[in-house]
Amino acid sequence: MKQESATETANNHGESLLSLRGAGYRQRGRWLVQNVDLDVRRAQIVTLVGPNGSGKSTTARMALGVYRPHTGSATRNRGLRVGYVPQKLAIDWTMPLTVERFINLTQRVPAARVQAALQRTGVENLSQSQMVHLSGGEFQRVLLARAIAREPDLLVLDEPVQGVDFSGQISLYELIADIRDELQCGVLLISHDLHLVMAATDQVVCLNGHVCCSGTPSTVAVHPEYHALFGERAAATLAIYEHDHDHTHLPDGRVQLADGTITDACPTHQHDSSN
Amino acid sequence: MLDDFFIRALLGGAGIALIAGPLGCNVVWRRLAYFGDTLAHASILGVVAAVVAEISVTLAVFVVAGLVALLLLFLQRRTVVSTDALLGLLAHGTLAFGLVALSLIGNRGVDMMALLFGDILAISKMDVVVIYVAAAVLSLVLLLIWRPMFASTVSAELAEAEGMRPRIIELVFMFLIAALVALALKLVGALLITALLLIPAASARRFSATPEVMAWVSMIFGCLSVVGGLFASLFLDTPAGPSIVVSAGILFLLTLLPIYRNR
Repeated sequence: MKQESATETANNHGESLLSLRGAGYRQRGRWLVQNVDLDVRRAQIVTLVGPNGSGKSTTARMALGVYRPHTGSATRNRGLRVGYVPQKLAIDWTMPLTVERFINLTQRVPAARVQAALQRTGVENLSQSQMVHLSGGEFQRVLLARAIAREPDLLVLDEPVQGVDFSGQISLYELIADIRDELQCGVLLISHDLHLVMAATDQVVCLNGHVCCSGTPSTVAVHPEYHALFGERAAATLAIYEHDHDHTHLPDGRVQLADGTITDACPTHQHDSSN
Repeated sequence: MLDDFFIRALLGGAGIALIAGPLGCNVVWRRLAYFGDTLAHASILGVVAAVVAEISVTLAVFVVAGLVALLLLFLQRRTVVSTDALLGLLAHGTLAFGLVALSLIGNRGVDMMALLFGDILAISKMDVVVIYVAAAVLSLVLLLIWRPMFASTVSAELAEAEGMRPRIIELVFMFLIAALVALALKLVGALLITALLLIPAASARRFSATPEVMAWVSMIFGCLSVVGGLFASLFLDTPAGPSIVVSAGILFLLTLLPIYRNR
């Protein structure tokens, strides 16, 4: 495993893996999303939040190169190894497909790595099961296992924990943060579970057909557009979460501790953001 | 040995079955049954082209079927008509066009029954050689594109996101089907080619836990169908092409018996 020291982590953080600049995509004459600026750097978790139809999945597809933006640009590092968990995936019942074979879908993965990935997502006993026989939660865990078994440089996760039970969601988000630390990969995460996601995320991009606001969780949480979009309740949830912490992320990336001092790094590794 | 017409038929039929197995599995997974049928219908037009241009029937059918596949891709992207309607349009459009063209050139000795139902007992030594050379080339291509092809079948979006090229793979796959149609036309005829693609794959489904196993098992079922059909045709004096399809159908029915529980 690529466990690295804190200094190296900080250095690696600079390398941009993908960036969208003024990216927009339209379908049948209607703009799904417009004017998106987005960067995912190595070892950074960037979370896209926004209501239904706000263009989150479209943005992810532009980032992946599945959609070519009609305006602006999408650039990825050359030779970037991507692990992708799509929002929807239907396995046809005519297809015989074991979990193990599915993990090997886009590249050959050594059996030990397959088993390790399944173990980490909590489905180690399912490797010989048919994909069509999995429950919704098991299916999502297998999708995530497949993406991490590739040992990617960039993970793109479109609502990766849908259908997973509540305590499972928490541990899967923790797992995503752990994987980021181990592989030093960038993560582009799409989620509805605001309060769960915020625990691990470095950057939040709030979408509603365009970028409403973006920044660290704490700056986004106090942004008026964020309140307008998600309502006071969601914002309050986030505020409660932030209060659990002994420090605040400032807009310029520095950190203000509970006693008022300002530093360049988090005092604890509670949510492992090294900015 | 190759001097015996029956041995030649067995060898030729088995060669086709070996390729039809894995291709047929992909046809089943992608729900493209009607696509194979469309290319088979278009093969009549290919035969007319071969007669007019005085070139090899197999080559002409491959080219025409390939062109029809390209036309389908073009129409899919340019019209609001659904794919199954487009396939029906192309299948019957090209068949009718082929029949009209055939009558316009004055038939010139084209055996309509052989065209529609095949004449496997009439294949030459050269035909057998062509089948096996082509089968070797097609197998090689299949092996090379197998992983990306299956990944694109599961999810073109996922495959593309992780660095594969599903559109190119789809194009290659269509040409593989066109090649199989061209090879199989002489053996089982335009109307029965799809059966050779679909039935062995369908029979293999319940014995298979992975796509690769299903491909191998469908090759075995395909070969069994050819052997069974040809011997039935020999002893019962029935037409060979239809007999092969009947034996494939009987094998499929047998696989429905509850002798082995699928996982």
